[in-house]
This record gives sequence, C-alpha cells and structure tokens, in this order.
Amino acid sequence: MKTLNRRDFGVQLGLALAAAMLLPATKARADDMDVHIDNFVFQPAELKIKVGTTVTWTNRDDIPHTVVSAGKFRSKTLDTDDKFSFTFTNAGEYKYFCSLHPHMTGMIKVE
Amino acid sequence: MSGQDHGDDGVSRRKVLECMTWAGTGVLWTVTGGVPRSLGIIDSAEAATAAAPGMSFLQISDSHVGFDKPANPNALGTLEEAVNKINAVPAKPSFMIHTGDITHLSKAAEFDNAERIISQTKLDVHYVPGEHDFIDEEVKLYRERYSRGTKGYGWYSFDAGGVHFIGLVNVVDLKAGGLGNLGAEQLAWLEDDLRGKSKSTPIVLFAHIPLWTVYPQWGWGTEDGGRALEYVKGFGSVTVLNGHIHQVMQKVEGNVTFHTARSTAFPQPAPGAAPSPGPMKVEDAKLRSMLGVASISFKQNEQRLAIIDTPLQG
Repeated sequence: MKTLNRRDFGVQLGLALAAAMLLPATKARADDMDVHIDNFVFQPAELKIKVGTTVTWTNRDDIPHTVVSAGKFRSKTLDTDDKFSFTFTNAGEYKYFCSLHPHMTGMIKVE
Repeated sequence: MSGQDHGDDGVSRRKVLECMTWAGTGVLWTVTGGVPRSLGIIDSAEAATAAAPGMSFLQISDSHVGFDKPANPNALGTLEEAVNKINAVPAKPSFMIHTGDITHLSKAAEFDNAERIISQTKLDVHYVPGEHDFIDEEVKLYRERYSRGTKGYGWYSFDAGGVHFIGLVNVVDLKAGGLGNLGAEQLAWLEDDLRGKSKSTPIVLFAHIPLWTVYPQWGWGTEDGGRALEYVKGFGSVTVLNGHIHQVMQKVEGNVTFHTARSTAFPQPAPGAAPSPGPMKVEDAKLRSMLGVASISFKQNEQRLAIIDTPLQG
C-alpha cells in the first residue's frame, strides 16, 4: 500500500463521503431486477421484489414476445433484444404472460 | 367402405407406411370415406394435378415477411421462390389460401412486400391472420388490407367448386396459460353459418393455429377448437388446414382430416425435439427442403380430397 499525504487523504475521505451519500440511489439501482426471455420462457419465472423495484424484461429469442399483466401493464411487441421496464409501486402478486404465446407465463411478487 | 385394400385405389398397409416416410416430400394423399390413402410418391405438383383433376387450390402459410434472423436471413426471397414454384404449375389452381403470419412484425412495409410478391401468382388469395399479423399498435394494418366483408377480427366463409370454405381467426384475445382462441362470438357465427347446410357438403376449415391439439406445451392447439369441430361433426367430408407450426403434420379422425402446411420462411422443430418452438437453424443446403407450399385437390361426389406438400427444393 502506498503512503498517502494529508491532502490526498482528504480527497479520499471526501470521495468516500460522497459515495456514502449517493449510496441510497446506487442501492436502489442494484436492486432492480432483470427477466430474460429465452426459448419461450420467462427466466426467472417467479420473482420476489420490494415495492419501488423496477423490473426489465429482455427478449433474447428470434421471435417477438410481449409482457402483459391484465389491467396492470402491457409492453409493446418486443423484437429480438428489445426491452420493457415496469416499476412496481404497489405490493401484490402480478401474474403476467406473453399475449402472442400465452403458454408463456410468469409472476412478480411485490412485498 | 371398409377394409384396408379394395378396388384399384387400394394400397397395402406396408405401402402406406413406406409412403409415410416420404410425407412432405411430394406424396399424394387421398381421403376416401375418411381413410387416408397414399397413391404413391409423386415427383412434382404437375403430376399431382394430372392424378387428381377437378377443383384444386393452394395453401401457403407463415411467410413471416421481415424475418431476417439466422434461420433464414431472407424470408422475402424464399416467399418469392414459393411464388415462382406456384407460377410454374401448368394447371392453374382455382385460388389460394394463406393461413397467417404473412408478416413477422405487422409493419406496413412487410405487408406491402408480401402483397407485391404474392400478387404475382395472379390468384385470388383468401387470408386468415396469424398472431404476427396483429402486433401493430392499433391492430389495423391486417384488417385494413384483408378484412373487408368479414366478421369480427376477420372470419368469413365462401363456396367454391361445391366445397364450403370457412376461414377462422384463433389468434385474438389469447388467455394466459392457454392456447389459440376462437371465442364465443365466432363460434356462434360458425354454428349459424353451418345451419341448414347439406351434410354432404364438403367442408374446409382453415385457421392459423392448429384447431386440434398438436402439442399444448408449446401452445400448438386451440382452446375451444373442439367446439368448432362439434359443429362440423355430422358432415361427410371435413378438412382442417392450419399453419403456425412450420411443418407438415396430418391426422385423421372419422371424417375429419387435419393437416398443417410448411412455412415459406423457416422451419420449426418437431414437438418436443428442441428446448423451444423457435426458428430452427438448419444447414443452408437443407433449408429449402423444409419450406414449401401445399396443393389441395377435390373430386366431386367422391368425398376425396388430396393434399400434396411440395417443398421449395428436394
């Protein structure tokens, strides 16, 4: 470990404080969740999250899919590599499916 | 009619099985009294036309115009090849049906390109939509083009050559966890459409997703398809033509023959043969043997309907 002079130490401390102050925002981003669509399957098929979490679905198939939860949210048609995000602001169980391939189903549990 | 072998049309069981191994590469299937019979391997659609004179029509399906992924980077090109193949048949068919997924993403340019190529057949084309044709934001592009004079989301019927044709829509209002869906309104219309029809009228039902349950794990079936089949139960000759699964599959139940056509865009795996029903990448040299069109011939008074699946190549 290299030695620090007092001035460098002050800068380091300042950065650490800044990081600490930014922590809540950083933390919220880290909690955001991803669902991948691979081989006509939502993965993970069931997700438990906290209120305020944003979930992002990414379609990695060669076929378009949608993400639809009746009365709650509905993505546009997602072509290959397209994404759809939704922030869950209320607790509850959100069943969803692909309206093009309805055998594809998933669940988001928000606590 | 009963028994496996009788008359000149008779073929031994062994012969049928032999032909089944060739299914999809140009086998002439006939249905007599509900029993499917292969009349032998044929070389091309021309031979089929000669073998079964009378009313004939073509089925084309799943052209997925706009698809450009590895399984086929040029779906418009293979559609054009299919159209060239259709135009090369000397005996002009009466018309063509397209069993859906005209486009890949319901874009206006995709519909326009499909129309530009398919119109080169100079045939009347009767369409039903696939789920890929209803994914524009306002769900209007297909309907503006193809739903004139139809009911609901585009179902209709017409008569040709003594056969009653019914085009159904089973890609709308799909329910989570379910299969294809016809819905109460369409079923009521179907029942009404068939009311009073002579039971000797041959019926052809066509829709995008198979009306019979092929493989529910992949959504290959129609939730209320059984109800539609109830309505046609008493008819002497019923043929159900579908697409969606991008491969030839046939089943006979009583007087009902079920048949699915190849895609002109890309093949899909046999049920359960892959992790998903998605586009199947095959060797370039093999692709055209897995794409194709179907020709359906009908002879009046014989309750005989022959379906020939012709690949683009091979």
